[in-house]
Amino acid sequence: MSEKRVKTTIDMKNLKAGGFIKERDKDLFTVRLRLPGGRLPVPRLRKIAEVAEKYGVEFVHLSVRQSMELIHVNISDFDGIIHELGEGGQKVATCGSRLRVPVACGGCEYNPNGLLDSQASALEVDEKLFATPTGHHKFKVAFSGCPFDCPKAAINDVGFIGAVKPELDRDQCISCGLCAKTCAEGAIEMDQDTKPLYYPEKCVSCGDCVKVCPVQAWIEKAKGYMVYIGGKWGRHPLVGTKYAAFLPAEKVVAFISEVLAWYREKAQGLGRIRLGKVIISEGADSLLDHLRNSFPDYVVETTLTHRVLENK
Amino acid sequence: MGNIIDLRSVCCPMNFVQAKLALESVENGMVVEILLDDGEAVRNLPRSLKFEGHRLLGLKECEGHYILTMEKVAE
Repeated sequence: MSEKRVKTTIDMKNLKAGGFIKERDKDLFTVRLRLPGGRLPVPRLRKIAEVAEKYGVEFVHLSVRQSMELIHVNISDFDGIIHELGEGGQKVATCGSRLRVPVACGGCEYNPNGLLDSQASALEVDEKLFATPTGHHKFKVAFSGCPFDCPKAAINDVGFIGAVKPELDRDQCISCGLCAKTCAEGAIEMDQDTKPLYYPEKCVSCGDCVKVCPVQAWIEKAKGYMVYIGGKWGRHPLVGTKYAAFLPAEKVVAFISEVLAWYREKAQGLGRIRLGKVIISEGADSLLDHLRNSFPDYVVETTLTHRVLENK
Repeated sequence: MGNIIDLRSVCCPMNFVQAKLALESVENGMVVEILLDDGEAVRNLPRSLKFEGHRLLGLKECEGHYILTMEKVAE
């Protein structure tokens, strides 16, 4: 037995944040790329294609959470792939019990419905909280720019939905009726004087009235994120409930950090448990009170009772 | 006036594109009436035309459809 054994060398510091997922076959891994908000500049796309081709990757998988995954990467190619992707500014994502790469819709930059810059928020959270260990389980964050909520905020551990609180300046109003017709919720009706009447209890804060008003009679009295906490999907789905309203975008990182602090503390000794399950055992008031300390102007009075959706 | 663009039974995104093309032959500052179906069209088209830079003037219901009045504003 004089065969020479080949020793694979791998730089372990590249693997610290995860993002390498073992496949079925020996030595093969999926490499998950870090694309916050699912945005991928074309030069980086080109670089990914170039590196993938060089290392024999035949196809990529577009993951459910907006990542691009390189399939069938050999473990011995880790260092080379990471180095070459890095030259093009492309990093590897994460996995396991960490804060994951946030997902987001296109946001207000180019989508006519967008109210908040969900892309900027996803980038900021990724930059400041990427792969933060939770000590318990995965932690998912999503940003929707408007109440259409394409990213499905409420099935994330913390989900954000852009919202606007409208207010009418009656003196500016020209009684055109466009706002009442545009409102899909019946929250605006024209009254006898042909001025709009606003029913806030029906309003979903989409801002359509503000957008359609030809004379800026409807204005944005408040603008920020509605925050849903405790959601997940999977084997035992949980729908997150509302914990804060009109949270300013610049407070998002601090808000998530406080949720993480509560989660870390309350889940101690409970093992691998998602945030929503901890809320069920601790009660939502505990988390509401904790968040109210730091965000008294935005945290809501009460929230719905979390319940596992027994839909299996 | 006489500027009428009839977009009834024209779906998205053709209604917006047809409006845009029709507005090309309207003089700047002229008032146009756009006929729209109830539903998606009347909910979305006014905002899109506002975002294009035109001036919305009013909306009235008329025999099951809507008439959007707007002034063409060229860039």
